[in-house]
Amino acid sequence: MRVAEIVTAIFLGVLSIYLMWKSGEPPSWNPDVPRFANIGFIEGEGPGSGFWPFWLSAIMLLTCIWTAVNWYRRLTPASQSSEQFLDGYGKRMMLVVGGALFGFLALIHFVGFYGAIPVFMIYYMRYLGSHGWFLTFTVSVTLTVICFFFFDIAMRIVLPKGYLEPLFIPLYNMFL
Amino acid sequence: MDVLIALWQGILIALEPINLGLAVIGVVVGLFVGAMPGLGSVNGVAILLPFTFVIQSFTGGATSPMIFLASIYYGAMYGGAISSITLGIPGASTAVATTFDGRPLALAGKAHVALVVAALASFAGATVSNLLFTGFAPLLADVALSFGNPEIFALMLLAFATFVGLGGDDIPKTLFSICFGLVMATVGFDIISGEPRLVFFDLTGFTHGIRFLVLAIGVYGIGEMMWTINTSRTGTNMSKVEVTFASVVEAIKQFKQAWRGTAIGSALGFFVGILPAAGATPGSLMAYGISKMTSRRSAEFGKGALDGVAAPEAANNSASTGAMLPMMTLGIPGSPTTAVLLAGMVIWGLQPGPLLFTDQPEFVWPLIGSFYISNFVAVAVNLLFIPVFLWMLRMPFTILAPLIFVLSLVGTYAAYMDMFDVWLMVIFGVGAFLLRILDYPLAPAVLAIVLGPIAEPKLRQSLLLSDGDFSIFFTRPIAGPITVIAILLILLPLLKLIRDKLRKTA
Amino acid sequence: MKSIKSLLVGAVGIALAATSLSGIANAGSHGWEPTKPVDFIIMAGKGGGADKMARLMQAIVEEENLSNRPLVPTNKSGGSGAEALVAAKNATDPDHTIMVTLNSFFTTPLRNPGIKVDIQTFAPVGRMAEDTFLLWVHKDSGITSIGQFLTKVKAEGNKWVMGGTGKNSEDNIITDHLNKQYGLNIKYIPYKGGGAVAKDLAGKQINSSVNNPSEALGFYEAGTVVPLVAFTDKRLPMFPNVPTLGEVFVGGKQAPWAYYMQRAVVGAPGMSEKAQAYFTDLFTKVYNSKKWQAYKSKKSLMGEFMAGDELKAYWTRQVDNHRAILKASGAIK
Repeated sequence: MRVAEIVTAIFLGVLSIYLMWKSGEPPSWNPDVPRFANIGFIEGEGPGSGFWPFWLSAIMLLTCIWTAVNWYRRLTPASQSSEQFLDGYGKRMMLVVGGALFGFLALIHFVGFYGAIPVFMIYYMRYLGSHGWFLTFTVSVTLTVICFFFFDIAMRIVLPKGYLEPLFIPLYNMFL
Repeated sequence: MDVLIALWQGILIALEPINLGLAVIGVVVGLFVGAMPGLGSVNGVAILLPFTFVIQSFTGGATSPMIFLASIYYGAMYGGAISSITLGIPGASTAVATTFDGRPLALAGKAHVALVVAALASFAGATVSNLLFTGFAPLLADVALSFGNPEIFALMLLAFATFVGLGGDDIPKTLFSICFGLVMATVGFDIISGEPRLVFFDLTGFTHGIRFLVLAIGVYGIGEMMWTINTSRTGTNMSKVEVTFASVVEAIKQFKQAWRGTAIGSALGFFVGILPAAGATPGSLMAYGISKMTSRRSAEFGKGALDGVAAPEAANNSASTGAMLPMMTLGIPGSPTTAVLLAGMVIWGLQPGPLLFTDQPEFVWPLIGSFYISNFVAVAVNLLFIPVFLWMLRMPFTILAPLIFVLSLVGTYAAYMDMFDVWLMVIFGVGAFLLRILDYPLAPAVLAIVLGPIAEPKLRQSLLLSDGDFSIFFTRPIAGPITVIAILLILLPLLKLIRDKLRKTA
Repeated sequence: MKSIKSLLVGAVGIALAATSLSGIANAGSHGWEPTKPVDFIIMAGKGGGADKMARLMQAIVEEENLSNRPLVPTNKSGGSGAEALVAAKNATDPDHTIMVTLNSFFTTPLRNPGIKVDIQTFAPVGRMAEDTFLLWVHKDSGITSIGQFLTKVKAEGNKWVMGGTGKNSEDNIITDHLNKQYGLNIKYIPYKGGGAVAKDLAGKQINSSVNNPSEALGFYEAGTVVPLVAFTDKRLPMFPNVPTLGEVFVGGKQAPWAYYMQRAVVGAPGMSEKAQAYFTDLFTKVYNSKKWQAYKSKKSLMGEFMAGDELKAYWTRQVDNHRAILKASGAIK
């Protein structure tokens, strides 16, 4: 936990510096404007477009330094703890749950929500939850069907279908 | 007296079988749309707007279609609390504050109490709001008009001030969270200079800014769920409550413990709601903050205080009715939902604006009457459906967890129709999980991303008005006192800190 | 497992068969028809003028049953419409993607060359109307004519505040024109939407606005705000006593100047001709519907229906015009 605390503080500090740098960006159509020209007060107008994000990011950087000082002086619970940031279970969980979420997202681009939902549900219920095939199948299919009727048909919110699009045309013919 | 007679006649029209039937259907539809994570009243109203033409061609007149839309609006406002409490994902932006205490209550096996309190507080909020609306609509329209840019900024400052105590004990981490939310709120496009800004890696997805629900669903849907899985190990059995008739009655009795939150929420929500720039989300967050600040048991907030559920729920319903006021009396929508309602009224041939009340009383009073009726129908339907919603909680955790993940993804897509936002939501969620382990409080970031997009332009518009002179926030009759109170509230914890330090050294 | 597999294969087979059948059925009647819900992109956020109009069009299509598939509105307001333009450009199925546009259709590609959008590649489905602009002041200002306005504003210097929607937008262009043409020094404050501008004018938070009639109508009818001049070629039927800018004489010389907001529907780049013909036909029907015509006259909209090459020529003129305006104000190089 102690290592994670300082690593996170440094990471967030670097993020703050990036945000400060990004806030000062000149408009893309006018490269003559120097970087950081927009972070101050403009005479008679008040703050420029980069003022708010730049100085808030600067405060973010200061808080990260503050956190680092607290870490050095061992003032916060996280900086005293000798526990692991993520133990074996936690790491495995990150991998099988977090990884599955990103897999789910990627899958949506290929087979759409209605292809990805049952795959994700089956993966989770069957392999992580060890439920029986019958229950797994019933829940996955029911959820997908309910989602289709709720979103695509009733709410007219057309969810992405990816390469499965042609399969839905007969359904549109029937229900829309 | 005239008002009462007009209102009574309006209620009678709203009670005609066709109108009452539409109100019941509308409330049920709204309740389910609102309970769906990501979808709120705006989706329900926008999607059913074309359908109202069918109703109009059937009944003639604009009254019945408007009653239908208003009841969807009411239903959705009640529904937002349901997924906030049972699933821990805010059903709509207005129901974020409800998760702060609703979720801990559900985990402690008191989901039914939280749902009942939410329903009754919503009812109270909407009732107070309806009464104020009926009695003082034209007068309050003037109040809304007198809030210009500096006043709205002062109000946002006050909202921040009420939330100073919301973070954890770790001051730098709380500050980080607030600033992070505020910076994320500036991503996309700067309306004052008309230039894009902070468009990371030139991705088009960032040009529309980071949407509030993307962060909120990420933090509360994905992050919270992963945290629960990580800490509970063997798999939690969330609150296995047996809901009997008696337990609901028992819950109704507990509502009186939440009268303070309800009262604060109802009053505050209405006044924030009638200001076109503010709306129901800041209203409910402020109500939560002020209830916590003024409560004698403020330590219980965030751990399952009934006041913490009642205040935001009373406020968001109250504010939603309040938001109808500028829409009807000024023709100015205070929220996306009222914007769609306004579009509807225009299409039906009405002209909302200062003359609506005098020119179209035959439309206005049945509509106001229907607010009262919809509110009654909504609380009744909501209470009846509570056992159905609780059934979700009795699912085994390994079914509920993937279900919440799926709903988070689908809900985010449905809210903005953009896969980019769904990716961003999951990334925020995983990040939130990791930060949560290190005690970074995340509620302040969620609050900041609501208030930031209102506060920053209002600050800069005000300074444009005053040629860059900050005294504009102190010299104007309404902005001045609000600013001073807000600054005092912000300084209060700091003064306490210094006093404590001095005592220690003395 | 085996049964599941065969089940899936069976389902796919049936679906494919149904697709080919429905394809034949479609081709039989009208030529091209949409086979799935049509993505209806709105180049602005919820609640603005463009959004209201898009939802009205969608409602008319739905109510009169003009299309066999629904139009599904999606708001893409990011970067003054840049997000919408890019989304339409990258549409996977251009035959099922249409977009409601306003003047940011011309200005945004000029101001953001980085998005690499050429608006002439969009399919000219139909221009539904041109929105008009008027100059409004609060009745308590005591100003009743454009002449008084010019005298008063000149005297006030930069203390006179104009509110408008966005920076470098339509409202800003008109304000710049007034400043330049009449030697004024009006301070312009950008707002997020026209409704907020109208409200702040009624609440005397700002001194004047150049709202569309639809945004200011409620306050106008209540007598709170007063129109002084119309930025059109001819007087508007709804405001017969309000002169056009062309009628205003300054120091003996006439200053004709008109500015409109296009309200047009375009198809995504790469839309097939058949699909374009279908949508032009669809929106001609919408244009001719009673509801649209009523809305048009009630909100003081101008402009006849325009499509095809005529609309493309109109775009060319508009782009040239806007390039000149933006260059003059220093918003592009």
